[in-house]
This record gives sequence, C-alpha cells and structure tokens, in this order.
Amino acid sequence: MDEKFEPKITAFVCNWCTYAGADLTGTSRIKYQSNVRVLRVPCTGRIDYMMVLKALHKGADGVIVSGCHPNDCHYTSGNYHARRRWMVFKKMMEVMGVDMRRITFSWVSAAEGARWAQLVNEVTDQVRALGPYAEFRQIIGAGIE
Amino acid sequence: MSRIGVFTCHCGENIGATVDCVKVAEMCKDIPGVVHSVEYKYMCSDPGQRQMQEAIKEHQLDGVVVAACSPRMHEPTFRRAAGDAGINPYMCEMANLREHCSWVHEKGDATTQKAADLIRVLVEKVKHNEPLHPIKVPVTRTAMVIGGGVGGIQVALDIANGGHKVVLVEKSPSIGGHMSQLSETFPTLDCSQCILTPRMVEAAQHPNITLMTYSEVEKVDGFIGNFKVTVRKKARKLDEKLCTGCGLCIQKCPNKKISDEFNEGLGTRTAIYVPFPQAVPNKPVIDLQNCTYYKTGKCKVCEKMCPTNAIRFDQEDELVTLDIGAIVLATGFKLMKTDAFPEYGYGKHKDIIDGMQFERLASASGPTSGVMKRPSDGKEPETVVFIACSGSRDRAKGVPYCSKICCMYTAKHAMLYKHKVHSGKAYVFYMDIRAAGKDYDEFVRRAIEEDEVKYIRGRVSKIYEEDGKLIVMGADTLMGGEPVVIKADMVVLATAVQSNDRSEELAQTLHVSYDSYGFFAEAHPKLRPVETNTAGIFLAGACQAPRDIPETVAQASGAAAKVVGLFSNDELTREPIVAVVNRQAAPVYSTCVGCFLCQGACPYQAIEQEEIKARSGEVIMTLARINPGLCQGCGTCVATCRTKAIDLQGFSNEQIYAELMTL
Repeated sequence: MDEKFEPKITAFVCNWCTYAGADLTGTSRIKYQSNVRVLRVPCTGRIDYMMVLKALHKGADGVIVSGCHPNDCHYTSGNYHARRRWMVFKKMMEVMGVDMRRITFSWVSAAEGARWAQLVNEVTDQVRALGPYAEFRQIIGAGIE
Repeated sequence: MSRIGVFTCHCGENIGATVDCVKVAEMCKDIPGVVHSVEYKYMCSDPGQRQMQEAIKEHQLDGVVVAACSPRMHEPTFRRAAGDAGINPYMCEMANLREHCSWVHEKGDATTQKAADLIRVLVEKVKHNEPLHPIKVPVTRTAMVIGGGVGGIQVALDIANGGHKVVLVEKSPSIGGHMSQLSETFPTLDCSQCILTPRMVEAAQHPNITLMTYSEVEKVDGFIGNFKVTVRKKARKLDEKLCTGCGLCIQKCPNKKISDEFNEGLGTRTAIYVPFPQAVPNKPVIDLQNCTYYKTGKCKVCEKMCPTNAIRFDQEDELVTLDIGAIVLATGFKLMKTDAFPEYGYGKHKDIIDGMQFERLASASGPTSGVMKRPSDGKEPETVVFIACSGSRDRAKGVPYCSKICCMYTAKHAMLYKHKVHSGKAYVFYMDIRAAGKDYDEFVRRAIEEDEVKYIRGRVSKIYEEDGKLIVMGADTLMGGEPVVIKADMVVLATAVQSNDRSEELAQTLHVSYDSYGFFAEAHPKLRPVETNTAGIFLAGACQAPRDIPETVAQASGAAAKVVGLFSNDELTREPIVAVVNRQAAPVYSTCVGCFLCQGACPYQAIEQEEIKARSGEVIMTLARINPGLCQGCGTCVATCRTKAIDLQGFSNEQIYAELMTL
C-alpha cells in the first residue's frame, strides 16, 4: 500500500439540506479534510444506487450519501424513497460481499454545518484506515472490462 | 467537440488565499474540451461578467463553468450573464470553490488540486448539458400571511394596500399577537395597544384582507404562484355572522376560574371568552377543555342567554382549501418559561415571573389594572430584581444566542416599575447591555441615571424564599466578584426568546428550512433576509430570529414588497429542472413500459397516463407522461424507473455519470 494513502471520497448530496449544510460549513469556516468531492443532485430521491457503484468502480474509496432529515425533505418524501432503496441496496451489497464500511448513508440538514465537517472527517479517517478499495475494482473490472 | 470556457474567481482573498487560482486556470486548460481558461479577482463584478461574455463571443464557447462561490449564491447571476452573451443560460454551471473548498481547507497543493477536480467534474457535466427553456406558469394574485401579530398585520396591510388580496391566518381567536399583551414599548414608552389596535381594526376592515382567526394551516401543495393551502378553521362553536359581540354569554358563563392565557396566568377568564377586550374579531370562542357542557353534558347557559341565538354546540372544524400565490410566515416567538430554571426555584415561587407576566402587571388592561401588585399576596413590591439573560447566551442550560430584546425591555420594566412605585428599589443583574438601535442606549442610560435603577454586572446563582422575601444571591463582577445578596419582593426573569411551538412542524408542512432552534431559515443571511429557500415563501419577524417591533415591522414591509413584486408579473418563469419521459418514433414510442411505479413515487401527482392510439382509435399502449407545470424536479421518479425511461433535465443520468467517470 502507498505509504501516504489519501482516499478518494465521493459524496452524493441533495441540493436543499446537505449541500446547503456544506455551504454553511464554509460560511462558518469550519475546516475538514479535503478528500471529499461533492456531487449535487436535487434530492436524495434522485440517487440511483448504481451511481454509488459507479463511483466505487471509477476510483472512489468511500462514498457518502446524504440528504434531508426525515420530515424535512424539500420535496416532501424523496428522502424516504432514498432510505427505502438504501435498505434494499445495503442488504444486497452485504450479500454480494461489498464492504459496507465504504458507503455511509447520513442526514445533514441545512443548519448542520459542523455535522457535515464531522461526517466528512469520520468517513475520511475510516476509509483511510481501510486503504484503497482495489478489491471492488478488481471484481467489477473483471466483469465489465 | 465542445468549446467550453472556465472562469476561475479569486473572490478577493476568499478563494485566492488558499487556492492557487492561477495554477487552477492553467490546469483547466488541459481538460479536453476546454478552449479558454482564465482567472479574475471578482468574476461576479461587472467587469468580471463582461469578461466572461466577451470570451463567450470571441471563442464561440458553447458551455461555461464558473469556478467561484456556491451555485446557491450566484448561479442565477452567471446564468443570466451567459444568456445575455447569446448562449443558453443552462449551459452555464458553477464549481463551488469557496464554500466547499477554500473556506474549509488549509492552503496547499491538495486544496488547489481539489479545486481543479471540482472544475473538471463540472466541465464533464456541461459537455452533456442540453439547452433548456424556462417554464411559464400563471400567478394567483392572492397572498397568505400566517400569523396575525404586528408583523403579520403589517405584511397584510402593505400587500392589501398594493391592491392584492390577502388571507391572514391566525391560530388564536384574535389577531394582535404578543404586541397586544405589552404595556408600553421601548424606547418611546408609548402604549402598545394604542398603536396596535388601530392597525388591527384597519386589517379587519380592509376590503382586500380576509381574516381567518382561530385557524391553522394544515397542508400546503403546489409551488410559487400556485399554492393550494388547506386551512383548518377551528370550531368557535358560534355563528360568527349572527354574533354581535355583546358579551352577555361571557358575563353569564358559570365557569369563571380558568387561567387566562392573555394575562399569562395572572388573571382568570370564562369558558366562553374573548382573549382581550379589544380583540379583533370581537367574537367569543368556547374553550372545549374547560366548558362545563363539554365536560358534563349539562349547562348551555350561553346558548340560553344569547340574544341572537348564535351559539352552535354542534359546530365542527371546517377545512377550507385556498388558491394562493405567495405565503408570508410571521408566526413569531415564545418566551422560555420560568420553570426552566432550577436555581430560580423551577417556577414554583409565584413572585418570580417572566417578562411577559410583568408586562401584564404593568398594563392598564392587565389583571391589576396597571397597579404594581405582586402575584402571591397582592402587596406592592418594595424591591424588585430583574435578571437579564435568563436562559439566553447560556450554552449549558439555555440557548447560546442573544435574545436581543431583553436588555431593552428589562430597562423598560425597571423604568415602568420606578414610575409606578416611586419609593421602590429596582436592581438589574446583567451580563452586557446590548442596546444597539435608534435611541436605545439613551433609553438605558435614562433608566440608570434618571430613574436610578441599580445595574449590577453579574449573574444570580440562586434565589430562595425566607420570611416572605425572595433572597437573591448574586455577584458583582465589577467589584471583583463580590457576593451581592438582595432581599426582594418580586423577581422578573428576562427569559430567552425561542421559536414558537410547532414551528418545525409548520416548516415541514411548507417545506422551508429551519435552524437547530426551530427558527425559519432565510435564503441568504445578508442579501435575501426575507425570502426562504422555497420560492414564493417569505419571512417576517421573530419567526426567523429574535426581533423587536421596529425590526419586525421593517422586515414585514420588506416581505410585502417581495410579494407585491412577485404579483406584478403576469406569469412567472420556473426553472426547467423537470423530469421527462422519453418519446420515440413508432413502433417503439418510448422505453416506458407503463408500469407506473413512478406514479406512486411522485410527491406531486405530476405523472399522468397517456394513451397512444392507432388511427382506428385502438389504444396501443399506455405510457407515463409528466406534467411540467406540476413537476418540481426532485427526480425520485427517475431513480424509480426500471427501464430508465425518465430523465431529469439539468441532472440527467448522462450528466451525472459523466461527472462520475471523471472523478
């Protein structure tokens, strides 16, 4: 393993809560590790979990999915759909042997700037300790390419 | 091949101090498809925008990435600028180098690299962007104001005077809010009711305003210009049209010992009641919890006494659905109760009261008719201690923020007390005096210098009762923390301002954001203070943060101006971020198979069934179709669709996967 391994983290966040929360982290000047790359979607309900797998396939070592807390969804119920899909996806991934420590599902509201920084740091530290997720890319790569 | 321009902003020092913008601009030149990459001190400034527009023309760009602040801040600015330069506005995307990069990371190569990565991702997205066109929707020129306090009344009057219809919804039986409870107002010491009640009457009589008192918002559907709001009109148990407000029922009601909310529990009222004599509308309601008839099945004295037979014991709550174009939230605040303070006796001592209770004691319309009498035994208090910051600026037990109004009203209370009890002694324990405002500091100085109120800088650690006195144990930090013990007859706690009960629930009903204290969140703290992030919903007053009356009124007029501005359009343009079900030539028609799982997933009932018919009229297949007027663009249907027949404009599968491929 590379001595100074820096993980790549991809975050799928909703526009209204977590993206705004991450903006607040910035406005509050709370520092966190720079490994995360944020992809903005309107709502967590928009997230097709194939995207998560694609991110891991294309080099991400860890993934964060985050949106509005239950009841707070800008679109009323998108986050519930995301959560339902997540439950099924998680079960399926466990069966398939994907390390679920790599994928974190969370809620961060527009008011929780500090929570976002904490989440990113936690995930980054955890994934850094786990090392690169080459295993996934080997399996998937063998199938696809 | 795309011709994309990248414009990196320094944002003065905000980005430039931690991200090497020059290097980023150089790095971006190597991204395939990028034909132009520059950096500039302030992209959002006029010369910055012009530079971008000139580059679009000169280099014939077909897509633009502006790497600057959050798209939630300036996306409309740059999209407009791009549109003016002749490309489709939706071919412009923003990379968030400020909030998501420079402000949150230390200076260094990793941060500069991240900035370049963020841009690279967006360049890939822009390559797959499609030109989009805003959707036009009609506007219903009726506003709804939720909350009938001074803020809500001001909003309603301003909009109504602008020539538009307003529905003013208030949960309690009368409009007026907290201001109607106040005795006198700082810094002028003019009578609160004298300045408010004419406004209340004006609102009630205005031809453009419909009052809905004793009503609550139950459900909100739709979007800016086209909301459908369901309001629950709680049963007053009274026919408002027949009631003349004579008050005979109130006089004869046998149940007279109910704690009076308007007087903050310091007085009593009957089971059929009007909250206060100047109530608007001046029509009673029956309190179902305390009415003898509803408890025992017998009584109905009010029904027998009513000269116009207006009492309706069988009246039920009514649900009314209204078409509304814009909503203003003005739901106000609540005060923390005295029972939140163990060191001050958990609210057990009758003579330890909060600020609003003091207002009622000092008010000419209050339970003592404005004569200073302490609640426990009705004696005139000779020594009164006022404790500012009770619960405010207290991270351990209360709220961390400053409640803003307490310094001023505590000075006012001490002053009013001294005006009523000339020989009395008034002490104020404070942390800091925050009297920023026109004539505010002068007012506090007047309390100290002319009315001889003793200000002690320090906290009170404990209050206990001894021989009919309240022993207040504090410290004077300007005297080196020397202990101070005062034998008081009454203590007034300036308790913290909190968000109103059920404000989070209301925020969820309206889909607006709120902070961790339950105050509604503005769209931008400085530049969009009266708007929420949900288009068409605005804020006024203390539902957003602690505020005094002048600020509330000013913000209310601001919100009203926003609504009137909105209503001056014949039709509104909406972001074309909507889902679309693909259509293809016969015989395929669409990859949609007509399972309609999307219909169940859509929160807006925007998905319809469309029948594809042959010339004979025979239905060949039934496909999903999305009504762009109803779709809000959440994309839940897109992720639900099994055949990937639905895509979301602006966040299409192609765009998102393109972004992922470059990570």
